[in-house]
Amino acid sequence: MNGRLLRWLLPMAGGTALVGLWYALRHAFGIPAWLLPVPHEILEALGRERALIGAAAWQTTQSALLGFLSAAAGGLVCAILLASSRPVRLALYPYLLILQMTPVIVLAPFIVLWAGRGMGSIVIVTFIVSFFPVVVNTTHGMVSTDRGLVELFDVCNAGPLQRIFLLHLPFATPYYFAGLRIAATLAPIGAIFAEYVTGSIAGGTGGLGFLASVFNQRQMRAELLAVALTSCVLGFVFLAVIATVNRLLLRRWHASATPADA
Amino acid sequence: MTVPLDAHVVLRGVAKRFGDGPPVLAQVDFAVQLGSFVSLIGPSGCGKSTLLRMIAALSPATSGEILIDGRSPERGQPGVAFIFQEPTLLPWLPVQANIEVPLRIRRVARAERERRAAEMLRLVRLEHVRGHYPRELSGGMKMRVSVARALVQSPRLLLMDEPFGALDEMTRHHLNEELLEIREAERWTAFFVTHSVAEAVFLSDRILVMAARPGCIVADVPVPFAYPRGPELREQRDYHDLVDRVAQLLRAGEKGEGR
Repeated sequence: MNGRLLRWLLPMAGGTALVGLWYALRHAFGIPAWLLPVPHEILEALGRERALIGAAAWQTTQSALLGFLSAAAGGLVCAILLASSRPVRLALYPYLLILQMTPVIVLAPFIVLWAGRGMGSIVIVTFIVSFFPVVVNTTHGMVSTDRGLVELFDVCNAGPLQRIFLLHLPFATPYYFAGLRIAATLAPIGAIFAEYVTGSIAGGTGGLGFLASVFNQRQMRAELLAVALTSCVLGFVFLAVIATVNRLLLRRWHASATPADA
Repeated sequence: MTVPLDAHVVLRGVAKRFGDGPPVLAQVDFAVQLGSFVSLIGPSGCGKSTLLRMIAALSPATSGEILIDGRSPERGQPGVAFIFQEPTLLPWLPVQANIEVPLRIRRVARAERERRAAEMLRLVRLEHVRGHYPRELSGGMKMRVSVARALVQSPRLLLMDEPFGALDEMTRHHLNEELLEIREAERWTAFFVTHSVAEAVFLSDRILVMAARPGCIVADVPVPFAYPRGPELREQRDYHDLVDRVAQLLRAGEKGEGR
């Protein structure tokens, strides 16, 4: 009871302190509103522009969701391939790293050239950004399957497909979800980034990212932070959905989803 | 070596080394009758687990010959089941589904799987936890699930690698008694690796005492007590005398006597 109360009270206390500091900075140093908008100004801006921001958020949600789902599916398939064969893993892993290390801002113009300036490009960028943690975590889970369990399958002379579907994939499920959690926080950021970039390359196609570039050009700082607030909320919603699915699927067998940790 | 005609498992001149290292097992010869309960006992590093793994075809012999029913062992051959040191249950499956795993791997039809798993749950008295997950069970219960998972394959040869080594003594005694009870109903040949002399004497009709560096068999001790055996055996004078004698042989083997 006491612990549960603290779990609510402490974040609220932390938030209050930070917001207090925010206002204090603004007033103590006489910073003007255009340089540092304070929370109530951001909320007012959000209220003023709610139609615009709401429509943009919906569009971003769609792109982020498509990018996330394709990363969740593609990452799983890729992890199965990487984990099933050591030669494949050795041959492809370095290039997976290179893909991850190349700044997306360099890739984005090419993607826009190839896929056009519509939602397609935005989904592809989102996919690239959120794909990596899914692949890496899931592959790691599959190859680190408990030795004792592998021996059981050895004794029974299980085939390669049986090993993947009865043993390695279920074992890697918690790792898959760890990857999905990271991907869920990256997907909305990736989509917004892609909207911002394609907006500046090829003209606006909407979404929170494009809206951010518009507000930025018009120097509407409170509105800009209202967009930031909206994208945070979007990220939290993504994360909450994944955490819930994780808990429902794993609660009876894995420590990551047991009540003590939830 | 003369091999009896009804021998179930035969080892002839079996040796094992890993890579260029010193031999783990030097020269192992023995034959085991069908239905026999053989314990392998010896200090760590004497190769008793390695021996078991070679019989299960998990690891090849460097030289010599292993025969089960007159044929070389193969991985996953029907009639051979293995019980590991750890329960090695799949944590994402409930108890009954865990017991069904070897049957799923062998593509046994679902109805048949469920029928046999239910039978095993009765046998190891775990019907009340059939839907529980492994993390919800005690160490002794997990090991009983592991035993059930081996027996569900209707083995003729049961290979056990210190299955009860991690359990407390009370639980271990209970499981030893249960194992013998089960054996009254179904006669498999058993190889049982253990560190405990008392456990070996209680369970087996024959004890192979091993020594290390390199691993070899230094004594082949018959256990004369008739089955069925119950906990009262542990209170008998003859039992304690035999435990003392095997312990002595074990110590002598470690000092390198009798080679």
